[in-house]
Amino acid sequence: MVEKKKISRRKFLVRGGLGTAGVLAVGAYIFRNPIRRSILNMVNTMEMSYMGETKNPMVWFEILKNNTILLHSPKVEMGQGTFTSLAQMAADELEVPFDRVEVVHAATATGNIDGMSTGGSTSVSGLWQPLRELAATMREMIKVQAAVKLGVDIGSITVKEGMVSADGRSMTYAEVAEGVTEWPEVDVPKLKPVSSYKFVGKPIPRIDLEDKVFGTPMFGMDASAPNMLYGAVARPTKIGATFVSADTSKAAEMPGVVAVVEESDFVGVVAETYQQAENAKNAISIEWDAPNNLTTADIESMMTVGNGKSTIIQKEGDAIEENDDRVEVLEFRSPIGAHAQIEPNGVLASVEGDKVTITISTQVIGITRTEVAQRLGLDEENVNVIPTYLGGGFGRRLHTPHAVQAAVMSKAVGKPVKYFFTRKEEFQHDMFRPPTHHIVKGRLDPEGSLQSLEHHFVSGDVGNNSVLIPNFVPPILGADIGSIRGGFVQYTGVPNHRAVYWHVQLPFATSWWRSLGLLANTFAIESFMDHMAHKAGKNAMDFRMACIADDEMGKRLKATIMAAVEKAGYTEEVTNERAMGLAASVDAGTPCAQVAEVSIEDNEIVVHRVTVALDPGIAVNPDQVRAQCEGCVIMGMSAAMHEQMFVEEGELRPIIYGPYEMAFMKHAPKEIDVVLLQGIDRPGPVGEPPLGPIGAAVGNAVFRLTGKRLTKMPLRLP
Amino acid sequence: MSISFKVNGESHTVKIDDVNTPLLWVVRDILNLKGTKFGCGKAACGACTLHVDGEAVRSCSYAVKFVEGKEVTTIEGLGNKENPHPVQQAWIEEVVPQCGYCQPGFIMATAALLKKVPYPTDEDIDNNIINVCRCGTYYRMRKAIKRAAELSSENMETETQKS
Repeated sequence: MVEKKKISRRKFLVRGGLGTAGVLAVGAYIFRNPIRRSILNMVNTMEMSYMGETKNPMVWFEILKNNTILLHSPKVEMGQGTFTSLAQMAADELEVPFDRVEVVHAATATGNIDGMSTGGSTSVSGLWQPLRELAATMREMIKVQAAVKLGVDIGSITVKEGMVSADGRSMTYAEVAEGVTEWPEVDVPKLKPVSSYKFVGKPIPRIDLEDKVFGTPMFGMDASAPNMLYGAVARPTKIGATFVSADTSKAAEMPGVVAVVEESDFVGVVAETYQQAENAKNAISIEWDAPNNLTTADIESMMTVGNGKSTIIQKEGDAIEENDDRVEVLEFRSPIGAHAQIEPNGVLASVEGDKVTITISTQVIGITRTEVAQRLGLDEENVNVIPTYLGGGFGRRLHTPHAVQAAVMSKAVGKPVKYFFTRKEEFQHDMFRPPTHHIVKGRLDPEGSLQSLEHHFVSGDVGNNSVLIPNFVPPILGADIGSIRGGFVQYTGVPNHRAVYWHVQLPFATSWWRSLGLLANTFAIESFMDHMAHKAGKNAMDFRMACIADDEMGKRLKATIMAAVEKAGYTEEVTNERAMGLAASVDAGTPCAQVAEVSIEDNEIVVHRVTVALDPGIAVNPDQVRAQCEGCVIMGMSAAMHEQMFVEEGELRPIIYGPYEMAFMKHAPKEIDVVLLQGIDRPGPVGEPPLGPIGAAVGNAVFRLTGKRLTKMPLRLP
Repeated sequence: MSISFKVNGESHTVKIDDVNTPLLWVVRDILNLKGTKFGCGKAACGACTLHVDGEAVRSCSYAVKFVEGKEVTTIEGLGNKENPHPVQQAWIEEVVPQCGYCQPGFIMATAALLKKVPYPTDEDIDNNIINVCRCGTYYRMRKAIKRAAELSSENMETETQKS
């Protein structure tokens, strides 16, 4: 008889929170609203510092016999170019040629484990200080050791291009390191001036470029092991489905099936080939309790400002009063968005006795290790997580509990087990970008200056209920730190302004999607600003400039807007049936302005050219900063103009590329100009901020062409 | 059943129970060539694109039985670091890849296009390069495709001069 198991889908998706590291641990005091607001504002603008080992160079660097320095990166490379920037920073302080630094993912067994995740656009900015200090310390350690080996005073040692020299003699770093089992401890030396760097600040081709062009890098999907078997895990198609019972008798008899694995929270099969595992999975007969037949309209009606719980996250001056007929009000919506990264989630797990090896595309190496260790009742040291290149991250891999399932299956069969999601499973069991609804209100004074601006918005979970945010945090903060990204009014020069966040709990999982709330929030606020500029009879740039405060961030934002306007040759005239739209945002301390040049052809919006001005501070690799800007523009266009998940008969659909409309080559602008500014003297976040303005920039251009304000993503002509 | 075909110039005979198994899995799991990627399994994203007798094929939806006696080229056989295919060379010059996962499929699709259309217009590119790149490298790809066309024609001129 098949045992009945009651498991909620929630349990498939969410596991207990992590520790409290780095997150506020202050008590009820914070519930006082002004303090809560100031903390939320801080959380919104702060750059996360790196939360891992930053003192011991030996954990980070390995000097190989061929005089190459191996950098064990705790950050994963998912396309954002982090490996290249880290190598540039390390090479400069180590005093080695750039091509003598190789970067690999640090397996957890090496000890270099990120306390948090790869995400939030923080890899380069967060490691800027610690990594250069580690590299400089390593260099000094090499000098001390060289002095011993050469029998000279340390003062006479010089280093250059991976060589130490003294008194006319020289050694490679590798020769210095040979036979050394214990390195001398040295103080962290003073860092070199940034202006003296040879590699930082240069557009060096990315370090993984050639490998990726010849098809050699290993992604999680490419992992294999001797005697490896394939696993598959049954999943429901309906939202909110709970497990009732499973009949696995037929699956167990299928060709190639080695085992059926029934656990308290999943049912899987292990077989000799991928096809056999999939066939057997499909032969499992599962009864799900699927209580609903939800539709997209149901979700939209839930996701409406006024539903759920609210928190005022920003407040200055007076609220706009009801029934004030001078007030302009517009409503905006954004849909459910899928990550749709091309590499499906997958993992190879190998359990041998009390040792586990997990090879996986993940953004949360440490959390994955903890989850596997806990489930198998092992010490974390017994679980080695080997990260691979990611075939896209975008936040989708900020929770990878399938590692646990693979480990359980591997333990059951005593062999390595690989398993990955089908594309249908990817689409139906994504951790989606939540849909949003926004009401934006504003009031002009008689001279056409903006006197009041309010952004009221509702979102599902982004950070809340994720493994990265401990459960006690959301009630304290009163707002989801992901949903509110970009939700603050950046026009703090407007005398009366506020932002009010509402939270609605959706019946399916939503979470981190590149740039979080930024795209939808900026779409709402910046479309509205364009509307108000038009009402005021003012140029969109001049109107915004008057609303931006003259503080440090305001000055940087103004400079990016001016740079974008100038580079694009921004005009509000329609020329050759093309029009321009302007929008700007500040995300995680990085301001970005964009101008989209648009026409309408065969009743479709065509984006010809996008100009991006970004102030990331120091661009460690300007070419890769540009690449991030280009990628954000295209991914943002895809999300703002094409993509939408629907809810039909209680299922999330579509389940495949194509029906899930996305930007293709033909939709991408043929020109993307990027202007980089440097308003601060350190690197700031880059990987997400340029995703903010694009939806509004396109919508604002369409307004110039048609006189119609687009208020719903994906943008469709009326 | 056994099926014989060439992969990157080498002859292979593969024993397989189910001749309807997609070519992708034979290439990846039996021949251990991992450069050809799985994306969707429904020929919708193009990550699995390789060449069969010079034609671009989405191998996740192409039964292995159809390659009997044919020549398959994968990203591993297109070129190498010492002797890159013009498309690969152009991809390097334009620094196209980000995450890199979809790139072999795009490179194979582009190489096949250039054989048929040596100087593709924007419209040719739009109509023929219909794979999915989630990182949004399309902008650099378009430049690289045009650069590859130039490099291919330069190569051809050099060949002609030699002969």
